[in-house]
Amino acid sequence: MTNLTTITAKPAPGETQTCWSCGTMRAVHFCEACGKVQPPAPVDYFTFFALPRKLNLDVAAMEKDFYQLSRKLHPDLNARAGSQEQEWSLQKSSLLNDAYRTLRDPIKRTQYLLKLEGVELEEQSKTATEQARSSGQVKKQIVPPDLLEEVFELNMQLEELRGLKKAGEDDPALIEEIGRQKLELEEKQEALLRELQDRWKMWDGMIQREQNGQPVSEEERKQERDKMVDVLNRRNYIRNLVRDVNEVLEN
Amino acid sequence: MSSDRIVGIDLGTTNSLVAFMQGENPVVIPGDDGLNLVPSVVALDENDQPVIGNAARKYLTETPERAVYSIKRLMGRGVEDVQAELKFFPFRLAEDLQAGEVLRIRLGEKTFTPPEISALILRQLKRNAERFFGAPVSKAVITVPAYFNDAQRQATKDAGRIAGLEVLRLVNEPTAASLAYGLDKKQNGIVAVYDLGGGTFDISILKVHDGIFEVIATNGDTHLGGDDIDNLLITIAIDDTLGDLGLDLRRNGEAVQAIRNAVIEAKIALSSQPSVKLDVELPGGKRYLREITREQFEKLIQPIIDRTVGPCKQALKDAGLKPEQIDEVVLVGGSTRIPKVRTLVKELFQREPHTDLNPDEVVALGAAVQANILAGGSEATENMLLLDVTPLSLGIEVAGGVTDKIILRNSTIPASATQFYTTQIDGQANVAIHVLQGERELAKDCRSLARFDLKGIPAMAAGMARIEVKFLIDANGILHVSAREQRSGKEAEIQVQPSYGLTDEQVESMILDSFDSAEEDFRQRQVIEARNEAATILAALEKGKKSAAWGHLTTDEKKKIAKMEKALIAVNTEDDYQAIRKAIEALNQGTTRLAELMMDSAVSTALKGKTMDEADLGEGPTAPHPMAKAEFE
Repeated sequence: MTNLTTITAKPAPGETQTCWSCGTMRAVHFCEACGKVQPPAPVDYFTFFALPRKLNLDVAAMEKDFYQLSRKLHPDLNARAGSQEQEWSLQKSSLLNDAYRTLRDPIKRTQYLLKLEGVELEEQSKTATEQARSSGQVKKQIVPPDLLEEVFELNMQLEELRGLKKAGEDDPALIEEIGRQKLELEEKQEALLRELQDRWKMWDGMIQREQNGQPVSEEERKQERDKMVDVLNRRNYIRNLVRDVNEVLEN
Repeated sequence: MSSDRIVGIDLGTTNSLVAFMQGENPVVIPGDDGLNLVPSVVALDENDQPVIGNAARKYLTETPERAVYSIKRLMGRGVEDVQAELKFFPFRLAEDLQAGEVLRIRLGEKTFTPPEISALILRQLKRNAERFFGAPVSKAVITVPAYFNDAQRQATKDAGRIAGLEVLRLVNEPTAASLAYGLDKKQNGIVAVYDLGGGTFDISILKVHDGIFEVIATNGDTHLGGDDIDNLLITIAIDDTLGDLGLDLRRNGEAVQAIRNAVIEAKIALSSQPSVKLDVELPGGKRYLREITREQFEKLIQPIIDRTVGPCKQALKDAGLKPEQIDEVVLVGGSTRIPKVRTLVKELFQREPHTDLNPDEVVALGAAVQANILAGGSEATENMLLLDVTPLSLGIEVAGGVTDKIILRNSTIPASATQFYTTQIDGQANVAIHVLQGERELAKDCRSLARFDLKGIPAMAAGMARIEVKFLIDANGILHVSAREQRSGKEAEIQVQPSYGLTDEQVESMILDSFDSAEEDFRQRQVIEARNEAATILAALEKGKKSAAWGHLTTDEKKKIAKMEKALIAVNTEDDYQAIRKAIEALNQGTTRLAELMMDSAVSTALKGKTMDEADLGEGPTAPHPMAKAEFE
């Protein structure tokens, strides 16, 4: 997988290849000769870590890179540099942190890649839900068909428990039943993560073929994207349900 | 040069300290009274001159309307935020405060903003450091509670600037503490720092890995600390006096201060004794007497210290860790001396907490370590790097009054997020953006940070403009915003209206007289301060000679002291402050035994003749507590 040498070796296409300070050949993020931070370029998170746009990645190796790059780019270690360098250090280390935070998380990584591929994932987001709720609109929720019946049942039970709690009453049997369903939902969430990881393999295989010079049709690309969007939507739906259950149980 | 010397400052609710890296070890710089802790108390003397620290404490009881403590509680807050504080703290707000204006506190006839009062404390610490180094100091690292929001951080930075200090970094207190601990123990693992101070509580969970201190999660309460325990005991005393004597002390600043001093002493004593006796003189000659056992005290403070449990559990949850996965627990802050607090931490993390470093000093020591890292590092701090997080989510208000979170809490800083905005009507030239901080779903429940107006958007049809707004939280945890209209490539002008805070111009106008920077003034001040100190120690020696303790010294000891006294008197007429200091130091060392003997006899005199009568009186009216009735004499 990736290591610091791969990151340091290749400047992004179109960038100048020499260090602004000492003029020697330089790496993307800092100069290996004089250690100076290099100007930030508008790159995506995968490019920042010199990674292909694949979804299966070695998180432990990325953590190592993250630490090593932090040791070069962090503002604390550039506090005595000129103001321009300090500004670059701030920009670059924020980009480093943003990239690491996004890519190390399997869900965020997938969402980010889909966004790079031009997919909008807003409709299932928490904000969209809240926004709809507070403006009194009924939000279009795509209930996964295989969950329809269960979800209906669970929502009824949650409503009942909310009512009971408001009245200051309790129903241990109901709480236990909801708790059991919560466990089931959490298991489903796990299963969906595994399903997503299976989709990653397909996607990564496609990217690999492309890298090997075999053309990939836009149709195939779209299909792979859509399948991942579908898994993410189902997972988000369940995550929101679990959140609702937790809210009712904890209040 | 010496101008590169960076000090570490712990600007605390109760006490403040300044420290620096001496060789491979961080050390606290004492004040001219020889003490490491500078109480965060500011008063105005008879001539309206500011008095800071221990010297200011007497004003709290003598002229409470001219003194202020715990100002940290008011940093970065608005009038509507502090109503609860005003019930318990004798803060006197200026009468002409406008809504949305930065608070101003009255001291005597003058008014000061919280950053200005903090600046006076910072300037005192700066002077202590300058006297210690014999050279000006202009750069500092200042610590803040990890859970401080943007406005509170900005206010702290402003205070530094007003005090004539360039604040190179704001460091979170628990993280600073972990750095101080990390110097000795260079081992990898997960560390939890539990920091319960005078007014704030923080919990931080860090992953320490080959010198990198990576904060994984942080949580806390910026209004929870030892102050709350004091206030509870004060309330009980006021209730007792009102109920039993019909004496209302609530408006009597001097009496409340006298009670406050007594309960603080009692609280501290209860950490080492099974019970204490409160004994306070009330106006009208009565005495308020109450015995408090540790058991009662613990029962009383349980609800307060229980408030630390929620944040700890949340931090663990955010870190994705179980208590047994924590390798080390570190205690920070004076309130962690309370045995009950230690028990609670032990139960919570199922681990004996570390207390090797003085909990009052460890934050300042860590700030000195961070200052050293910023200065380029040394052998001791080689490879050390702090990766901290933002404690609160950053959000934008969207339609329906909902908060759209764009940078989640516990994100490593610096962190950024980019949002795109467009126009709603044809030719619209401005877009208003409301920035929020907090975890709640609705904008009205979050902290308003600032309102921005994007101005000068080129005329376009509705929805055509594409304005890119970049939000960046820097390594101090402070927000920066920039905007650009993408179609025209025009930088949009941003007008920042901080919801709570000083403008640049206001800070500029507050900067304390800049004589600090002039070398000659600095030297003269040193001479004056050294002479004052010499006078103090010479007077103390005169007093010592008349005390019984003097008789216990050997002839040889007396001879040595006399010689050193002569030496000090001799150099005291010259302008060499370093020589004066040396002579003071020598005399100080030479009289250590005398001072000890004097202390011993003072303590035994004070303990004599303390008797108290029992008085059977009715119960107090409001605050229920597990203690017996108070006594009055």
